[in-house]
Order: sequence, then structure tokens, then C-alpha cells
Amino acid sequence: MIGQHLLSAADLSRTDAVQILDTAAELASVTDRSVKKLPTLRGRTVVTLFFEDSTRTRISFELAAKRLSADVINFAAKGSSLSKGESLKDTALTLEAMGADAVIIRHPASGAPFRLATAGWIRGSVINAGDGTHEHPTQALLDAYTLRRHVRSGTGDLSGVRVGIVGDILHSRVARSNVELLTTLGAEVTVVAPPTLMPFGIESWPCSISFDIDDVLPSVDAVMMLRVQAERMAGSYFPNEFEYSRLYGLDSRRMELMPPESIVLHPGPMNRGVEISAEVADSPRAVVVEQVRNGVHVRMAVLYLLLGGLPESTTGELHEEGQVG
Amino acid sequence: MASVVLRAASPYGEDSCDIVVDGDRIVSVDPVGTGVGDLVIDADGCVVLPGLVDLHTHLREPGREQAETIDSGSRAAALGGYTCVHAMANTSPVADTAGVVEQVWRRGTECGLVDVRPVGAVTVGLAGNELAELGAMARSSAAVRVFSDDGLCVHDPLLMRRALEYVKAFDGVVAQHAQDPRLTEGAQMNESELSGRLGLAGWPAVAEESIIARDVLLAAHVGSKLHVCHVSTAGSVEVIRWAKSRGMPVTAEVTPHHLLLTEDLVATFDPIYKVNPPLRSAEDVHALREAVQDGTIDIIATDHAPHPREDKDCEWAAAAMGMLGLETALGIVADVFVVNRDLGWRAVADLMSVAPARIGGVQDQGQPIVEGSVANLTVWDPTARTVVTPDHLASRSRNTPYAGLTLPGGVRHVLFRGRPTVLDGEIA
Repeated sequence: MIGQHLLSAADLSRTDAVQILDTAAELASVTDRSVKKLPTLRGRTVVTLFFEDSTRTRISFELAAKRLSADVINFAAKGSSLSKGESLKDTALTLEAMGADAVIIRHPASGAPFRLATAGWIRGSVINAGDGTHEHPTQALLDAYTLRRHVRSGTGDLSGVRVGIVGDILHSRVARSNVELLTTLGAEVTVVAPPTLMPFGIESWPCSISFDIDDVLPSVDAVMMLRVQAERMAGSYFPNEFEYSRLYGLDSRRMELMPPESIVLHPGPMNRGVEISAEVADSPRAVVVEQVRNGVHVRMAVLYLLLGGLPESTTGELHEEGQVG
Repeated sequence: MASVVLRAASPYGEDSCDIVVDGDRIVSVDPVGTGVGDLVIDADGCVVLPGLVDLHTHLREPGREQAETIDSGSRAAALGGYTCVHAMANTSPVADTAGVVEQVWRRGTECGLVDVRPVGAVTVGLAGNELAELGAMARSSAAVRVFSDDGLCVHDPLLMRRALEYVKAFDGVVAQHAQDPRLTEGAQMNESELSGRLGLAGWPAVAEESIIARDVLLAAHVGSKLHVCHVSTAGSVEVIRWAKSRGMPVTAEVTPHHLLLTEDLVATFDPIYKVNPPLRSAEDVHALREAVQDGTIDIIATDHAPHPREDKDCEWAAAAMGMLGLETALGIVADVFVVNRDLGWRAVADLMSVAPARIGGVQDQGQPIVEGSVANLTVWDPTARTVVTPDHLASRSRNTPYAGLTLPGGVRHVLFRGRPTVLDGEIA
């Protein structure tokens, strides 16, 4: 059973991860069928605390919490006291005083959710919605969930499934969480990037490393393309976006190298024409839109398990509550 | 001034004696029980060291008095066994003129607990562009001999060369904070496998080592004295060892925290462990300890860096860099070197008093415990145990990384120029 917080994909055991993913599938089947809203978190207060702009992640969490009947408060850096320089601590104390049961935090500083969870400022659950260049565990969970539905004929077993993660690994919290979670679930991950965009010490990570996407694509079940930020150009990580796109971008020609059943993931938002061509983004093999839909179910599962307590039989309770709601 | 006897004291942990002090001098070293004076202080079973000298202290005054003042820093220093501290220049205003260094020096004298020796900035405003008035600071009543842009590196090689040359005129020394600024942009912790995992921008060892390598070559070329602040990597030790083997005029310091703590602590994301240079690997700690033992590193300096609570009570990236050090330094050195007999007390005296006094050009400090010396003396009780309790520290700040740690021994008494500043662990 997962603990009080979800801070890092590295904290999840295989059992924890499978439980979250199975719960997400149950919640998906219930909410997609007839009942959009479950009463599980009625009367609980969930805060989305976003210090960075990320509309898609925030509304995904918001929708997930609302489908579980939680009261949701959106606390954004813009238009709040945060823009006047209020500290993380004072913001946390404010949320604690208002009785937040869970705080979903997105923050530009790596480790900020850990501080929030461990500094003694609040008692509620903390969910990491992306911290700096560290982790983004619910993104990895939704990616794993999406993979489960597509590879191995949707049997849900990721053992031995081969996943390529391509792009700015150095600055990517998505990559860190995915390497941790997917390898925990038994997948074989290869990260692909120019050496300048590989984290120091990546040789000791539980994944393979390649500098050549064309070597990797023929043997993947899925490839995950990461967004390349424009500011990386100024840091001399690579010469320019055209060279990056030529060497590491996924276009139709490269997609032909991939096995026929393999899929393309992207955490969004996409830079069409840079890391992914429009043809690939719009192709049936790209599951980007489905990832967004799956994100809501996975985040429902996380909230459900962290705040709702673990029922005797997840399936039974879900159906029961579904009927009540 | 009344005469004082330290009864049954053990200089350097050796044979017991009575040390008799009159005025500001040791007037005699007598057999136990025979010393006579107005005030007899029990030092039975205690180790006596020459008063400790810190070459690297941040007293924060003027400008950041909420973190520390010359008065509170002097109290922390005295309670830590120090009789002299060098106050770093990164105050507000910066200690880059005779006026500021004289003010700091005068305040130190008024507080009267330790010698406060101002360190002058190398460049105007620590900006790294043009030399500060080094000569004026040297000739001021503060008589500055150590110059440093600490916190910032004098990274322009030509400016570093000029500074090294210029201070020869008054037997000064440039103390370099070795950190290549371009290689450490946005750096948050030691660059390592751990920094990669934590997603914290790395601070590569080479950013320190390359500057030290350049500086020892420059110092040798112009025949000037270089002091390397807070060495933190095994590679830096290798460079300094090589330079010394070539007879190059370099001295080096290490902090207690770099001798004890490792980067693993950063995984807590608790900014109490955020410091510049960053905590490094266990291999680095091992190399630094060896370097202290073989003399490659000359001194232990605290880099006492007080910060107000709010500057540590936040997320890692927003936190200030630095930790307190004055009140725990001797305990950590005892813990790391003395308890296991890797070093004796004479070596500790050299590392924490004699050599720093020599490097800093301080006349009345670091003298041997013999008749005629200035009576700057630290009395250490090796049987005591000290549990580090932040709220009991004399510093205005609380940013010690050692809260709850039990350290061997404790500072019991301190004489500063013959006058007790600490008696039984309290400010006298």
C-alpha cells in the first residue's frame, strides 16, 4: 500500500505501482461507463498549488479530484500572494490552516514537494505534480498505464517491454520518473540524447544509454519523445534546433524504423517540427491524446489511494460507491 | 589585571603543570600545585591549546546583523575556543575600503572577546573587475593582511595575477575562493550520480580544481603567497600536493564540515546541508582527512556562515549557502582526528592556531605555551560530551547541520590576552 505522500516514482514498489494502475483501470471502467462522479472524497479538500504554469497538468488533477467529489481549490502563483514573494512555508501554513487534506504541488525547484511533506508545515498528503528537473511521478504512472493498454496486446504486463526515451534527459523530470517506474515494472528502458543532455552519472541508472536514435528505434515497443526547450539552445547543449531535429527528431522516415505495433508517446506540449514531426504527431501510432485521458484516471487512483483509504476489495467498493453516487 | 593560574593543565595533552599568567603574558610554567595567582582556574585533566585562530569567519556586520553581529560572532568564537577570527569581506557595505575594515576592527576591539581581523576584498564590491584599495586597507589601523573575494572567485586570471603581485608590498596573502563561475552556473550541489538523480544542477569538482591549478601556477610565476579557501575535493588535494612538492608558495584550508559530512545528506532536500563549496563524496572526505594528516592542507577554518532562519526554512534552490561552524569546530576535529589518535594535540594546535596565525600574519596569536608568550589559551575538557543544541548556540543564527549530534569533549575555559573570556563553558 502506498504511503501518505506521492513524492517520487522511485518510492513506489512494483506492488504499489501495479495497485495504482489497476485502481486507475477500475476507476476508468466505472467513470467511463455511466457514473461520472464517485463520492469517495466528499468533504475532503484538495489544493492544486502551482508555482509554474501548467494548465494541462493542473486541470487533469482538478478533474480527477472533482470526479471523486473532493472540494478543489486552485492556488496558482500568478494572481496570488506568491507573485508578491510569499514563501513556500507561509503558503503551506495557510493551506494547512484552511484544512487542506492534500496538496498537489508543481514547483520549479527540485525537491520542493519533499520539503513540503517533511518540514512539518502541513499534515496533509503531498502529491508531486512535477518538481524542477527532478520527478513527475503521475506522468510516469499515466505513461505506464498507457503502455499497459497497448503493448503485449493490453495484458498489462510490462516485463521486458522495450521503451526508448528520447530528448533532454538532463532537464527532464518525466524521464527520471519514467526510468524509475518503468524499470520497477520490469520494462527495459533506453534513454537517447546527445551526450550534453545526459545527466552526470547516468551510467549507474537502471537503463541503457544511446546517442543514436536510429540504433534504438528498430527494437522498441514504444518511444517517448521529450519536449526540447528553446532556452537549451543558449546553453550550448546543441548547435541549433535544426541539427537537433535532424539527429534526434522523430519524423515519418524514422517512424518506419520502428516495429509495426510500436507506439509513440509524448508528455506534451509538443514542439511540432522539432522533436516530433506533424506527420508523426497526427499518426495513429501517436497516443498523445489518449495519454491525456489516461492521466485523469491515474490521478484519480492516486488521490483515491492516498486519501480514500484502501478498501478490502477495490473492485467491490468501487462498484458499490458507483451505485451510491 | 589580576594574575591567573591554570591549575593542573596539560599543554597539548602532555604533562600537567600550572600555567601562571600575569597581564597578557604567560609568566611561568610551574609544577602542579605551585603556581600562585589571584584567580586559580581548575584545569585538571584538561588539554590546553594556544587560542584557536579562524582564518575564515563570516560575522555579517555591517549589513546583515539579523544573521550575526561582531558581538554575537565574537561570543560564538570564544565559546568555540577561539581567540582570533578573520572576518570575511562580503558584508554590506563590502569591506573594500580602509573605512569599513577599520570599523569592523574597532567593533571587534570593543567587544573584546577575540581579535577580530578584517579580511579585505580583493576587488571593488567583490565585483571582480578592479582592485580594491588593498594598500589603504593594509596601512589602516586594521592592518589587513588577508585579502579575499570569498563567496566569489577572482576568476579573471590577469586580475588574480595583479592581486597576487600587489600584496607582496605589505606581505599580504590572497585567499581564493576557487570556483569557476561558468562551470557552476545555477549549481546546487556536488555534481555526481546523486545530483543527476535528484535533478539538482551539479557543481563539478573540476570547477574548483581548475582554478586552484591556475592559481598555484600564477603564484609561483610571480613569487607571491596564495591561500586556498575551503578545499573540498580529492582532485584539489592532488593539485595542492603537486604544487607543494614543487615548492610553490601555497597554503590551504579545509572546513570541519567537509571533513565530516557527505553529499548523501542532500537527498533530504533539507537546505541546512546547502553550502559553498558543496558537500562532496565519501572519497573526497577521505582524501581531505589524509591531506590534513600529511600536511598538504595546512589549516582547519570554519567558514562560519550564519543565515537567518527564513533563508534555510524554504525549498533547496531558494536557500542560502552556508553553515555555522565556530562553536562546533574543535569538537569535530577531536571527533575526526584525535579520538582515534590519527592526530595528537600538537598537530591540532598547529592546524587551528599556529598555522592560521602565521598565514594571517597575526603577531600575538598562535604562540607556543611557554613563558613569555601572549596568554591566548584554550582549555579543553576531553572527558566532557557536547550535544549540539541549536537554541543553546551563542550565534544569532541556528543553521548548524549538527543538531542532536554528540561531540567529544568541550571548551571549558578560554584566556584572551591573559583575561578569561570563557569560564566553565560560559562567557566570563
